[in-house]
Amino acid sequence: MKERIDNFETRRTHLKNMSDKELRNYFLKLSEDMMEPLLEMAYTHTSKSIERSVLLRMGFSSIDTKAIVDILNENDLLKKGAGNCIYALFKNKDISIEKAGELIRNGDEINYLLEYFKIYE
Amino acid sequence: MNNIKPNDKLDIREILKDIENYHPKRRGWIWREVSPQKIGEFTYEQASPGLKNFVALPSARGLKNIDPQPDAVITTEIASGRFEDDIRRMRMAAYHGADHIMVIRTAGQSHIDGLLEGTPQGIGGIPITRKQLRAQRKALDIIEEEVGRPINYHSYVSGVAGPEIAVLFTEEGVNGAHQDPQYNILYRNINAIRSFVDAAESKKIMAYAEMAQIDGAHNANATARDAWKVMPELLVQHIINSKFSEKVGIKKENICLSTVPPAASPTPDIKLNLPYAVALREFLSDYKMRAQMNTKYMDSSTREATVTHVLNLLISRLTSADIQSTITPDEGRNVPWHIYNIEALDTAKQAMVGMDDLLSMVNLRDEGYLQDKKREIQERSVLMMEEIIEMGGYFKAVEAGMFVDSGEYPARNGDGISRDINGGVGAGTVIKRDDDYMAPVTAHYGYNNVSQYNKEFVDDPSKLIGGCTFEKPNMIKFIDELDDTDNVYLRMDKSEKYRSGNMLKPEVEWLGDGTVVVDLFFSANERIAEAAALETGNKMNLTDVEVIHKEVLHPSEGTRIQIKGTFNFDIEIDKLVLPEIIAVHSEDEIIEYVKKHPIKVVAGTAGNDEHSVGIREVLDIKHGGVEKYGIKYEYLGTSVPIEKFVDAAIETKSNVIMMSTIISHDGIHYKSMKKLHNYAVEKGVRDKLILIAGGTQVTPEIARKNHMDQGFGRGTKGLQIASFILDKFNTMNETNED
Repeated sequence: MKERIDNFETRRTHLKNMSDKELRNYFLKLSEDMMEPLLEMAYTHTSKSIERSVLLRMGFSSIDTKAIVDILNENDLLKKGAGNCIYALFKNKDISIEKAGELIRNGDEINYLLEYFKIYE
Repeated sequence: MNNIKPNDKLDIREILKDIENYHPKRRGWIWREVSPQKIGEFTYEQASPGLKNFVALPSARGLKNIDPQPDAVITTEIASGRFEDDIRRMRMAAYHGADHIMVIRTAGQSHIDGLLEGTPQGIGGIPITRKQLRAQRKALDIIEEEVGRPINYHSYVSGVAGPEIAVLFTEEGVNGAHQDPQYNILYRNINAIRSFVDAAESKKIMAYAEMAQIDGAHNANATARDAWKVMPELLVQHIINSKFSEKVGIKKENICLSTVPPAASPTPDIKLNLPYAVALREFLSDYKMRAQMNTKYMDSSTREATVTHVLNLLISRLTSADIQSTITPDEGRNVPWHIYNIEALDTAKQAMVGMDDLLSMVNLRDEGYLQDKKREIQERSVLMMEEIIEMGGYFKAVEAGMFVDSGEYPARNGDGISRDINGGVGAGTVIKRDDDYMAPVTAHYGYNNVSQYNKEFVDDPSKLIGGCTFEKPNMIKFIDELDDTDNVYLRMDKSEKYRSGNMLKPEVEWLGDGTVVVDLFFSANERIAEAAALETGNKMNLTDVEVIHKEVLHPSEGTRIQIKGTFNFDIEIDKLVLPEIIAVHSEDEIIEYVKKHPIKVVAGTAGNDEHSVGIREVLDIKHGGVEKYGIKYEYLGTSVPIEKFVDAAIETKSNVIMMSTIISHDGIHYKSMKKLHNYAVEKGVRDKLILIAGGTQVTPEIARKNHMDQGFGRGTKGLQIASFILDKFNTMNETNED
């Protein structure tokens, strides 16, 4: 920010007459306002690390999670969820979670997923 | 292994055995059970239950070895680069009162996109991996049973792999973590959007695992040019992370603010830091305080750092601390060494116990400077929040360089850290979730369309796959070593002779590293003294000699220099000459003997020596001294002329003289012994008297060489002296009877 002298005395006039309790409540209120857009953004977005963390919880090793998320990301599938891609194969092809991961990792079922999630449209 | 005794070393190889199948005993953070404790004749109000096994403070030797434990969880940071050596330090730390062990990560781990595996060596910290975490948690599971208090294990959920690390920590029983997206943004230049999106997931996972979360605000005061001017901003940084965490679902009692008194003496420390501490605790009273110690103005003097840290502890006691962190006093000059972790822990324990219940005696004034200054800091922070919102929110403010400016807000010096919203590591990597986005796992934050598959599992998405690793630890995939040139087994093989062999070498951080410190004074100026110190180290056959501290005592009269260097010789344990162990009789045996053979002692402190604590301890019944066994004594007092010992013994028909000699300057204590013997000979009573000398600097062998019947050094108990008197008395009587 640009240099600025300390204008505390002139800027504080609207705070001056607040009680300590009022000032604290105002501080907390401002923090809620500030957090709103950040929480909304986090609610509606994901990242490679988040998706890898999902796969870790599904029982994949760190090496496999990386490979699977990378190939799903290359194919624009992370917006569906990496876990969702594994789950779709697990459910629709009657294979184990582990096998589903292996197939994606090897690139074998990417086309199936693109079709299943209608990415082509 | 689970019933390890204090005299057994922890077997690191045993810990690593079968590690692939180990799962931690518990999850979640544990606070101390705070309640008044009566220990001996003292009652401690801000206290918690004592330990099963411990090492008390040095001065507890004169206080029946009491080891009162304060109320706050006490932290120590351990990370030498070799986790296997850190485990030993963790055990030492637990004995000295640490129940929060924080592991610093190796340099650069926050920029690694994914998890590391195996056990490579680190720099300035350790690479955090599953195997390393599991081994350390397994060791701590053993150590916490040994000391009888839960130990919280802690590391960092930051960088570009935060969510994965949070999962790893949950799976491996890590109990606390630093998590603060502002740290990523400001100090690691990781993209701001990515940092907040990832942080929500990380925090959600940490909430599930009931980890304590510590924020990163303390870095602002370590970074800003004038740390005390950053106080208003610190309140803002704290509330940003705390409020975000709370909204994501972390319980308020697990949200901890990392707060450091920003200033340090020679500024008027308390005058600057106390109003800030009050302002913070008032505004953010919903959360816990992790009181950290100041590092900003730390130099290479461990003494100076310790004083700063004690003043920080005073702030903790004048306000509050739920977690009291410690900074090792050597942090200003190297990655912390064993001894300084322990010193820092002892400093915290000693100061907190010493200032127990302070606020029942003194009040913080509710008007005047303290309140005015507090209010000013708070108002300045409110103004900063207002401006952030006016500017269009947090990201805009970061872009504008609003944070870590060295001006006291609203003053600005134009030197804040500015981060482009579309820049930094991981920029452009967040992805918008589609309507059918889904993740079938526990503790996942944000939009999750589970109902497209099963409406009943909306609150429990992992049921879609029959549970995830959080419910079923057996699903976790363990990876062992990935690098056969850099792992724990190779390192341990190299130092094996010091672990299980007959060899010893001095060390500061790694087993047998050979590092030693030599503390020197030269009657020369700084420049000459420094060169002379290096030459001294070389002539002592040390290698890699470096100056680690210098202090001018006077510009021309003298300089103090501390050097470190490597000592390159092995010490063979079986060739060491160990001091004798004094055999003791049972208490009853001595009491019976003395009943039949009355023994009388004259005792006092010799020469010009006023110390009397030690001699009273080995005399008085109250302290378990010889009186306890029926031995009568005549106490002559302090500064007793040597002749008087013998004259008094003759006069009172005593059998024993116990002479205390604490002052050892110029060997005065040994000269007194010789004099005592000679005078007894001169008086013709030497063969009728048992002459005993004691004191902290007395070595038994040398005392005997100076004609004493026995000498007793530091830590001697009355029982040992009484046992010796009994044996000696017996042989003297036999000789006399012959």
